[in-house]
Amino acid sequence: MNFSPAWLLKPTIFLLSSIPFLYLLYAAFLDPESLGANPVEYLTHETGSWSLRFLLLTLAMTPLRRWTKSSFPLKVRRLLGLFAFFYVSVHLLIYAVLDRELDWSHLGEDIIKRPFITIGFLAWLLLIPLAVTSTNAMMRRLGRRWKKLHKLVYLIAALGVGHYIWLVKKDLQEPLIYAAIFIMLMLLRLPAGMFKFRNKA
Amino acid sequence: MLIKKPSDIKPSEITDPELYKQRRKFIQAGVGLTGAAMFSGLWLPDNVQAAREKLQGIKKSSLSTDEKPTSYKDVTSYNNFYEFGTDKSDPARNAHTLKTKPWSLTIEGEVAKPGTYHLEDLVKASTLEERIYRFRCVEAWSMVIPWVGISLSSLIKRFEPTSKAKFVEFTTLYDPKQMPGQNRQVLNWPYVEGLRMDEAMHPLSIMVVGLYGEVLPNQNGAPLRLMVPWKYGFKNIKSIVKIRFTETMPKTTWALAGPREYGFYANVNPKVSHPRWSQASERVIGSGSIFTKRKDTLMFNGYEDQVAQLYSGLDLRKYF
Repeated sequence: MNFSPAWLLKPTIFLLSSIPFLYLLYAAFLDPESLGANPVEYLTHETGSWSLRFLLLTLAMTPLRRWTKSSFPLKVRRLLGLFAFFYVSVHLLIYAVLDRELDWSHLGEDIIKRPFITIGFLAWLLLIPLAVTSTNAMMRRLGRRWKKLHKLVYLIAALGVGHYIWLVKKDLQEPLIYAAIFIMLMLLRLPAGMFKFRNKA
Repeated sequence: MLIKKPSDIKPSEITDPELYKQRRKFIQAGVGLTGAAMFSGLWLPDNVQAAREKLQGIKKSSLSTDEKPTSYKDVTSYNNFYEFGTDKSDPARNAHTLKTKPWSLTIEGEVAKPGTYHLEDLVKASTLEERIYRFRCVEAWSMVIPWVGISLSSLIKRFEPTSKAKFVEFTTLYDPKQMPGQNRQVLNWPYVEGLRMDEAMHPLSIMVVGLYGEVLPNQNGAPLRLMVPWKYGFKNIKSIVKIRFTETMPKTTWALAGPREYGFYANVNPKVSHPRWSQASERVIGSGSIFTKRKDTLMFNGYEDQVAQLYSGLDLRKYF
């Protein structure tokens, strides 16, 4: 899969990953009318969706490497993971600043008493150590423990999907699509031997 | 915090469809770039604007609030009407398939004069009133809406309910061809709502046929919907084809779908939370700025003085 010179890969992914944010930023300040009757809800939902998409994209890189036998998925995995953290943070900021207007007692109550907010917040908290230890230096320093720590991303993605399922009033179609993709990506991680064994039995 | 007020939009000023198309193209270009099938849920207004028709002879009402109404565009583009899709932009896009003329209303149950009536005849025989009401959705957002309606009590009296009529049950049209959202079992179709007889007879309760002095747009529940302003929005059933008078409490759609979350009464109450979110405050709907206001929710949506006596002695935590 040598579709581009190696040095172009990361800047390209960076640029593409920024587009949703830049578009929302543009719309929020220069064309808020386009965000509809409830702009704050729109921005919250959009950044939430992009958070999930980037989490799932990050999770897709390992199976993609196995499938393509190319090294490019691993080269962009960190970048995608950091974008996931970025979108989750923006999502949280919009909720806290624009939606809850930094009303701390209200925010605290939400985080403690509203389970879907609790798990969403937990997912963001768990992403912090992953973002902090994403540098090459930290990878070297942590050695084998790095891999263990970064397995947290499975839990984080599960929390993110759960957060979405839990908040929907009735129509679960869209959150269940994310759940299905997440489950598929997890199944793809099972060792190939397992499937062979089952076939024989 | 400095709050920027959204600009006033007159009913006559609707965003140019060309502009919408341009935005669609812009967004679609974005979809192409990211190339992901995961990209969905973007707000793509594609409002099919039906011919707008003025209503004549509307009386003002002392029951109206003097708060500033939400813009016509917001009231008609941000709707929960699952019969046309579960996204709030779906009804404005899809509701043009609903045929509202002719429309008949079936009256059943504990009444002296059951039967099927032409809606036009019923409306002609009533006084049209403008009622500017606060509207509070169970999802914790709110609008102020200038409805045009007829008194529900005078409509009910015409059918002469018997002494056995303790409740009123309303049913929405069931026709998946006209209401494509009914092809998916998101809710138990058709939508059913109900009121206690004394709630239905309350002077604030109206049947809506118009909005902003004009015929009610389809996405807002044309041609006939309920409006009981001290209750959460979902009580205000749309596109009604049947009214039945019963002795027992009707089984209502949302109460069946989520009995822990949605009750029969559904009175606006800041002190009783939805199991998943607080009802203490509400987001005021208004496009044009991301710095919109949140405000405290009022008991019975601000209609406490008029309706509290209906519920004296009732445990509002239990009967939410």
